[in-house]
Amino acid sequence: MAGFDLRRRGLLHGLLAAPALLGGCKILDVTNDRDAPVRNFIESANRLTYRAQRLLTGGTRLAPEYQPGDIRQSQHPNGVTAPQDEDYLALASGDFAAYSLTIDGLVEAPQVVDRATLLAMPSQSQITRHDCVEGWSCIAKWTGVRLSSVLETAKPKPEARFAVFHCFDTIERSLAGGIKYYESIDLIDAWHPQTILAYGLNDKPLPVSSGAPLRVRVERQLGYKMAKYIHRIELVSNYADIGEGQGSYWADRGYDWYAGI
Amino acid sequence: MAQSPSVAAPEPGAVIYRQSLWTRMTHWVWAICLFFLLLTGLQIFNARPTLNIGLETGFEYDNAVLEIGARDTPDGPRGFTRLLGYEIDTTGLLGWSGNEADGYSAQAFPSWATIPSNRSLASGRIVHFFFAWILVVTLAVWLVASLFNRHIRDLAIRRADLAALPTDIANHARLRFHHSRDYNVLQKLAYAGVLFVLFPLIILTGLSMSPAFNSVAPWLLDIFGGRQSARTIHFLVMALLVGFFVIHMLMILAAGPLNELRSILTGWYRIDPETGKESGNGRV
Repeated sequence: MAGFDLRRRGLLHGLLAAPALLGGCKILDVTNDRDAPVRNFIESANRLTYRAQRLLTGGTRLAPEYQPGDIRQSQHPNGVTAPQDEDYLALASGDFAAYSLTIDGLVEAPQVVDRATLLAMPSQSQITRHDCVEGWSCIAKWTGVRLSSVLETAKPKPEARFAVFHCFDTIERSLAGGIKYYESIDLIDAWHPQTILAYGLNDKPLPVSSGAPLRVRVERQLGYKMAKYIHRIELVSNYADIGEGQGSYWADRGYDWYAGI
Repeated sequence: MAQSPSVAAPEPGAVIYRQSLWTRMTHWVWAICLFFLLLTGLQIFNARPTLNIGLETGFEYDNAVLEIGARDTPDGPRGFTRLLGYEIDTTGLLGWSGNEADGYSAQAFPSWATIPSNRSLASGRIVHFFFAWILVVTLAVWLVASLFNRHIRDLAIRRADLAALPTDIANHARLRFHHSRDYNVLQKLAYAGVLFVLFPLIILTGLSMSPAFNSVAPWLLDIFGGRQSARTIHFLVMALLVGFFVIHMLMILAAGPLNELRSILTGWYRIDPETGKESGNGRV
């Protein structure tokens, strides 16, 4: 690539190259290089966004909710919409009756919660807007149990800072084997009153395309944070040892871990 | 042609200090920011090359006002752009573009107009938000500095400006420019429009696309008519800013690029002789 040997002088050269725009701005492709200092510096703006938005939103500011009349179409599915993983297919064939959710990590009392118990817990519904990082939005009604009430049954330890969602679905196959989707949120979002483990969509059971039997709704962030096909929630103090260490499948691939913007 | 015989060789006017360091610095920071924001913005747009009106994107109904795409035809792939129902073939520029060396691809804006040049929503977003922060901070710095050094009054549109509007339009149309310390009314309208209308609009519509910010100011979403409307307005304001840039460049070329450039680089500006007498030595 043209910009290869110019990486270290990145931004300055980028600016000098501006007049050569019509010839292509490959020199600015340094922004793709996740090891380049200029990229790391630019990425730090996201931590500023995270802090600023946390300051503004606090723990309890609610995402806008909509009216039933605003639901004009079915939820648009995205990402993996039909997992082919054997354990998942086995559960799906039994209508997820044998499904259970594991909660472990930095907790006093690790839990395995079966589907009947989850469905028997107090539920809540919310009509919210799903915003994909690509730019589209879709309004739907989500029903489920508050994530905080599920996590509280396991008695989180004080050092727990993040909830990591481990999923059934293999999103990418590489030479080293399949990579399963995972995501993580901080405990401020985990305890947010609109953060639910959803099992219902538009008054029907959550369909496979939208993450059956259980997906998380994190209403103040973008869609990729709302992991589908969840089978385990692990509480951790940091996520450096999970996946490639950035806290989520997409963050490992260069997207921001914090997706409030 | 009636030549005026009275002035044999016009004397050059005085060189005055016209632009403060604050104005010059913020001007160039904005220029850099807008360059990156535009090209990363087009990268982000390419991830979803439609614009819609309303709360959400219509998948099972149509609320699109702009769509850029590609489709296969018997003559090979063609790019198209559909604006408000009118479709035109934009092969080579929008929808389908490329060249022999790098190959062709189906993407809304061509790779020479995006940062990075390959498809990377992740990198585009990261660079976009970095420069968005700088743009906002610079706007705040400029506002505070301009209130203190009273540069903001240079943009105030007074009654005399409005009276001079028809003459000023006629002068611009004839490419006949007066060089004085003060901005003419079209300049005031253009600069104030960018600083007090377009910049706030593009920042607020950008923030309205943030689901976290929606929880802070849901009323802002309502003002813009929903998230997808906000996204459409964000794009529209981008187009207006590009239009401003083009006219800005043309006016500089027409009004004397060296003098204009010196003014925004060093602050010093040569004014017309007669105007210098009228408005004094200006502010130093």
